[in-house]
Amino acid sequence: MNAGNRMHPLIIRVMHWTNAVAMIIMIMSGWKIYNDEVIFGFLHFPDAITLGPWAQHGLQWHFFGMWILVLNGMAYLGYGLASGRFRRLLLPIRLREVIGEAIAALTFRLPHADLTRYNAVQKTLYVGVILIIIVQVISGLAIWKPVQFSFLVALFSDFQGARLAHFLGMTAIVLFLLVHVALALLVPRTILAMLTGGPRIGGDHADAPIPTHSSNM
Amino acid sequence: MSIIRRPMSLFRPRRGPDQTILRENRALVEEIDRRKLLRGAVSLGAVSMLTGCDIAEQDQVQSVLRTVSSFNDRVQAAMFDPTRLAPTYTAAQVVKPPRFNAYYEIEDVKPLDIGGWKLELAGLVVDKRPWSLQQIYELPEQEEIIKHICVEGWDYIGQWSGPNLRQFLTRVGADLTAKYVAFHGNDDYMESIDMASALHPQTILATKYAGEPITDPYGYPLRLRTAVKLGFKNPKWIRAIEVTNTYQEGFWEKQGFNWFSGL
Repeated sequence: MNAGNRMHPLIIRVMHWTNAVAMIIMIMSGWKIYNDEVIFGFLHFPDAITLGPWAQHGLQWHFFGMWILVLNGMAYLGYGLASGRFRRLLLPIRLREVIGEAIAALTFRLPHADLTRYNAVQKTLYVGVILIIIVQVISGLAIWKPVQFSFLVALFSDFQGARLAHFLGMTAIVLFLLVHVALALLVPRTILAMLTGGPRIGGDHADAPIPTHSSNM
Repeated sequence: MSIIRRPMSLFRPRRGPDQTILRENRALVEEIDRRKLLRGAVSLGAVSMLTGCDIAEQDQVQSVLRTVSSFNDRVQAAMFDPTRLAPTYTAAQVVKPPRFNAYYEIEDVKPLDIGGWKLELAGLVVDKRPWSLQQIYELPEQEEIIKHICVEGWDYIGQWSGPNLRQFLTRVGADLTAKYVAFHGNDDYMESIDMASALHPQTILATKYAGEPITDPYGYPLRLRTAVKLGFKNPKWIRAIEVTNTYQEGFWEKQGFNWFSGL
């Protein structure tokens, strides 16, 4: 498969869209669960954007979606680490580049000539959301099993602290989604790439364990 | 610390579905209706023959979700560590009175008629003689200052005391290898828990709150308090305890809540 590798191999595309479905299930069912005991009196999610007619159905969806999210997420992390994809696409992140490219992006002057390389803003957002999802799973476990995992609850001070962290994690993920979807719509080639695989990349870019890494990044 | 009454709760529904949503989305609803009508007109036969019915789809979704929920029961049972203790708190942190929760309002609590009350025992128990309240009071008392965590998301610290359930079950010759212990409440409320949780050191038959007999709204004369289950798995106003190998769906499981609901 020399020079035949796509930017997004099939396994990445499958995991991406599986995660998208799982995330939507988790967010919308989470809003239903939240509504049953709101953290902020002013905030109630409209029924039209929540999943399940009643709280118990929101809970059923949430504890169904968690399996998809966690199993798919572990496969993704395993693949990303083992294949070198994370190292190749997401690292290194340099603060100077992040600031410079963030300004360029906000003024619509950021070039998108090469889809196969992420700019510093993309790298930051992707690494950031992956870390937030990991913390989200940890706060979720703390809420689900506050006695079995009391040491996880302690990370968030107490049970209500874990609930608040879980809510803030959701907020961060939703904000990421808004930016992610908006940017993808601005550069529709990226959506196509996540469906069909995108541009072909050279052998040294391929997602395969490569002992010595090319330095052309 | 005081208990704030929440504006809305599934456990105490105060109002029906929000009609404003219907008003706001009237155009959308009408459009959907029009489309449905069109589709129906085009292939009325096919649509009616197939399970194009929303109710049937809902049932299929429910059946999948409930299957996952049963799977999650088994996962939770496997995760449960019978020796892991829940965090305990100091008497100064105790909320008085406890927070009320039931599927009806506190005003609608029908106090249990204590005159004829005796705790009945059923199922896989050798000594089925009923227990009077006096006999229960004479048993050694265990105090637990633990968190009550509701499935809705709120929690409070409560100070409960009464006989340890493991000791009680042992004393009446219950089959401790049975799968379930079911608690039948006075208001037709039934919840069953797994034997491992029933035998957990922090599972008690509470008769007192903060050193005083539990008052009517909170389960007088006897309720379950276990530190390893969500609030709704702690029935109040217990009439009978049944040890069994037969799975019984409790009040909230019938509505779709998860049975194990362990903490």
